[in-house]
Amino acid sequence: MLNKIAIIDYGMGNLHSVAKALDHVGKQKEEKVEIFITSNRRIIEDADRIVFPGVGAIRDCMAAINRLGIGPIIDDCIDAEKPILAICVGMQALMTTSDENGGVDCLDIISGRVENFANRSLDDQGKRLKVPHMGWNEVSFDAGHPLWANIKNLSRFYFVHSYYVPIVAINPTSQIAGRTQYGESFVAAVAKKNIFATQFHPEKSQSAGLLMLKNFLEWNGTEGYPEP
Amino acid sequence: MGLAKRIIPCLDCENGRVVKGVQFVDIRDAGDPVEVARKYCEAGADEITFLDITASHLGRQTTIETVKAIASQVFIPLTVGGGIRTLLNIQDMLNAGADKVAINTAAVDNPDFVREAAERFGSQCIVVAVDAKRVDEDNDSLRWEVFTHGGRKRTGKDVIKWVREMVDLGAGEILLTSMDRDGTKIGFDLELNCAVSRSVSVPIVASGGVGNLQHLVDGILIGEADAVLAASIFHFQEYSIQEAKTFMNKAGIEVRESASAE
Repeated sequence: MLNKIAIIDYGMGNLHSVAKALDHVGKQKEEKVEIFITSNRRIIEDADRIVFPGVGAIRDCMAAINRLGIGPIIDDCIDAEKPILAICVGMQALMTTSDENGGVDCLDIISGRVENFANRSLDDQGKRLKVPHMGWNEVSFDAGHPLWANIKNLSRFYFVHSYYVPIVAINPTSQIAGRTQYGESFVAAVAKKNIFATQFHPEKSQSAGLLMLKNFLEWNGTEGYPEP
Repeated sequence: MGLAKRIIPCLDCENGRVVKGVQFVDIRDAGDPVEVARKYCEAGADEITFLDITASHLGRQTTIETVKAIASQVFIPLTVGGGIRTLLNIQDMLNAGADKVAINTAAVDNPDFVREAAERFGSQCIVVAVDAKRVDEDNDSLRWEVFTHGGRKRTGKDVIKWVREMVDLGAGEILLTSMDRDGTKIGFDLELNCAVSRSVSVPIVASGGVGNLQHLVDGILIGEADAVLAASIFHFQEYSIQEAKTFMNKAGIEVRESASAE
């Protein structure tokens, strides 16, 4: 069966890494995967799965998202129960609001708030926290989710970000799917119905990340494990 | 638990081949960059840095093709440096699959380029590479100066002031190479590393001088680096990435277990 994946392109950053990683995983599975890097509504709505990436400043991201009308397209994909994977600033854009760039309204698809690491400036040894939070950090899984299947709890994933979603900012907290420690515990992944969103970059997280992308290619968009 | 310190093998490339200069003069060949990168990724490298040492002088298309080939096989972060001078150069490298670009000479020529690059592509992908050399005209305090053109050209800029300026303009990471130590195998310039690490808020990658595994440990624990970069000790298989991680872990440094070890 053909697996059509739309990577939403709103002009921000490097979409090729995630495309190449998905292509690689598709080949490993010997499955026909077709990847579209696009902002075209028809192509996105025709796809089986949606990837919503993002890098850079949230103000620029949200301006591009709003200009291209990406919000309503994502709403439609949510209603159509298509599996959606949001990555990094893509995850942050799903929140209600971000403190970055003096405060930016986001898509409010997940009730949450994005804050700045610089406000919590010391690590547990009292050393100044380096920002961006850049590198491989452990993710503790909150609960079983199909996207964590076959991945060892506390696996390391690659992060690079200066803003983050605090644990207390997500409402309800049952939507938190994974947590990571950097100065304090923060949200590494959230899950809501057919959306799974990660602060880390699965496409850059070697075996654990590729396994997550493989799980995404197999995910039916519900939060429970699929029937065997 | 927390953020792991990174080990970054560096591929210095010239005409599509990996090379490593001893103080940028005597150059030996260590193989095909795509093969080397893939091997390092499998061996548990946390990141790969690809520096095109000819890029300032020659055409860039070969480099772009090499980066594309690496990025389609390597699913860890990839930093590309060498001859990054324009926003278009950055765009080309990011499109080819690089995650970060390292800017060196172009930042010295026009510091505002770093601001433009960070605003356009985000600080997370803008690394400023600083080649530092000790200068001894005032003997009462340590001082380092920024050099360019592979250590051939002196800029008159003080390293500490320079890295602060670069971070203020939007650099998301500093790749700090000691030109005094590069190729010597006697260890990082730890005083330089520590001074820079304490001067700025962004992560520091220490580079130049690694000859054994204790040097990597010292770079983190004494030099206060967030990542350590090395070439020849890995290229010539004096040590494996796994040996480096095991050694660092025993010294109390948090590292990412290699995939093969999990």
